[in-house]
Amino acid sequence: MSDYLSHPAVNPETLEFWKAIGQGKLLIKGCRACNEAHFYPRAHCPHCDADETHWVEASGRGSIYSFTVMRRENPQRVVAYVALEEGPTIFTNIVGADPADVRIGAPVHLQVSQSQEGLPVPTFAM
Amino acid sequence: MAAHRRAFIAGVFEHPTRKAVNKSLGQLHREVAAGALADAGLTRADVDGYFVAGDNTNLYPLSFIDYLGLRPKVIGATDTGGSAYVTHVGQAIEAIEAGKCEVALITLAGKPRTGGAAADPVPDWPLPDVPFEQPFGRAVINTYAMCAARHAYEYGTTSEQLAWVKVAFSHHAQHNPNAMLRNVVTVDEVLESPMIADPLHRLDCCVVSDGGGAIVVVSEAVAKALARPLVAVRGYGDAVKHQAGGKVDLTYTATRWSAAVAYEEAGVTAADIRYASVYDSFTITVLEQIEDLGFAEKGKGGAFVADGGLISGVGRLAVNTDGGGLCNNHPANRGGMTKIIEAVRQLRGEAHPAVQVPGLELALVNATGGWLGTRHAAATMILETK
Ligand SMILES: [Zn+2]
Repeated sequence: MSDYLSHPAVNPETLEFWKAIGQGKLLIKGCRACNEAHFYPRAHCPHCDADETHWVEASGRGSIYSFTVMRRENPQRVVAYVALEEGPTIFTNIVGADPADVRIGAPVHLQVSQSQEGLPVPTFAM
Repeated sequence: MAAHRRAFIAGVFEHPTRKAVNKSLGQLHREVAAGALADAGLTRADVDGYFVAGDNTNLYPLSFIDYLGLRPKVIGATDTGGSAYVTHVGQAIEAIEAGKCEVALITLAGKPRTGGAAADPVPDWPLPDVPFEQPFGRAVINTYAMCAARHAYEYGTTSEQLAWVKVAFSHHAQHNPNAMLRNVVTVDEVLESPMIADPLHRLDCCVVSDGGGAIVVVSEAVAKALARPLVAVRGYGDAVKHQAGGKVDLTYTATRWSAAVAYEEAGVTAADIRYASVYDSFTITVLEQIEDLGFAEKGKGGAFVADGGLISGVGRLAVNTDGGGLCNNHPANRGGMTKIIEAVRQLRGEAHPAVQVPGLELALVNATGGWLGTRHAAATMILETK
């Protein structure tokens, strides 16, 4: 079940993220020095350069910041940036929606998908 | 106007091919190198600096130094994608000013059209961003398309306005016998072309072409002995913009920062510029850069480019009079090289008479490289005739 953890996408810095998303939880990183969250997750804080950061479970709620529909893919993939409730805007896909219904600003919620590489990944549904 | 920099662009060459069926990658590098050196009135023996971008994991610079038979004292291989060649000129100038070399050669070649090479590299999983983007189908076009979608959402930029960028460059390309697409197109034709990644249509995308180009940058001492008209670099700047840990803003580019440095060093503003080469990987790339270069207020780029705003002799600013990457040439999926070359043609008065800006003394070159919506570089250069 956790075979995907040997995929080269997973490294020591992000292992906890990958374990959690396999259980349906989206982890982002928080920083006690500047109180700002960041994504993608790093051991240090990209905002204030503090050496230490900690894992925070995101609510999974957010809104679409921007998106596009890859018209030549079958099925047509909706590539998007979703602005999480906690602050960071993350690169993702919108799933389970008719591309014609997707709108910037629409509220979305976490729905974990399996990527082509066999990785569980944080995608979002409307 | 006094040049701030003590090095000059003395030679340029754009390979005439757009489909190099019977040539190797090495031959293309060799032919553009020879072309630019001949244009400058120099030979291989004069070259003591060499710059090339490409797949650094394969030690690309060593392969081409070997293939070309060079003995450089200065080498550079900064790879930021399409903007790398503007950066290379900047780095060549610094090396020359520091006395490290006197004749720097910069080459670009590639065969994406016949070689079928994708614009997107093979996933390199150890890169920190790749695991968080590749599984979602990150591709060059979707990172640009999301910029266009957000720009439209915030500022009301329309697909018609984006289409005008392509229309303008097609007006220029009709005069370029080497251009890959020489037919003048209309706004409707752009909008009727297939949607690739909303809101970008096929004709919002640059061409895929084989070929290349080269530039020779020389010291003042070498320049004085040459017969060619010299082009001085008056100012340049580099910048990189990324997701900043999740603080994503797709409505502006790193050009905002690279241009500020270049303008300050050159002591000029956008109001002084009548010709600009602007890397047009997609129509949205030009529109955002036009704003970030200060030609239009943020959000007003659509109105600036509409109705022929970028057509030489029609609009306030002539842009990409060779037809740009949208119509002329996009060798190796990298647009910065051909942008410099057309700006040099304009400053020498060697552009096609139908698109030549009369009495030009200053020109601007701007290129972005990488993925506009995830992480990209920008390089801005102000050139002048000497
Ligand atoms: Zn911090």
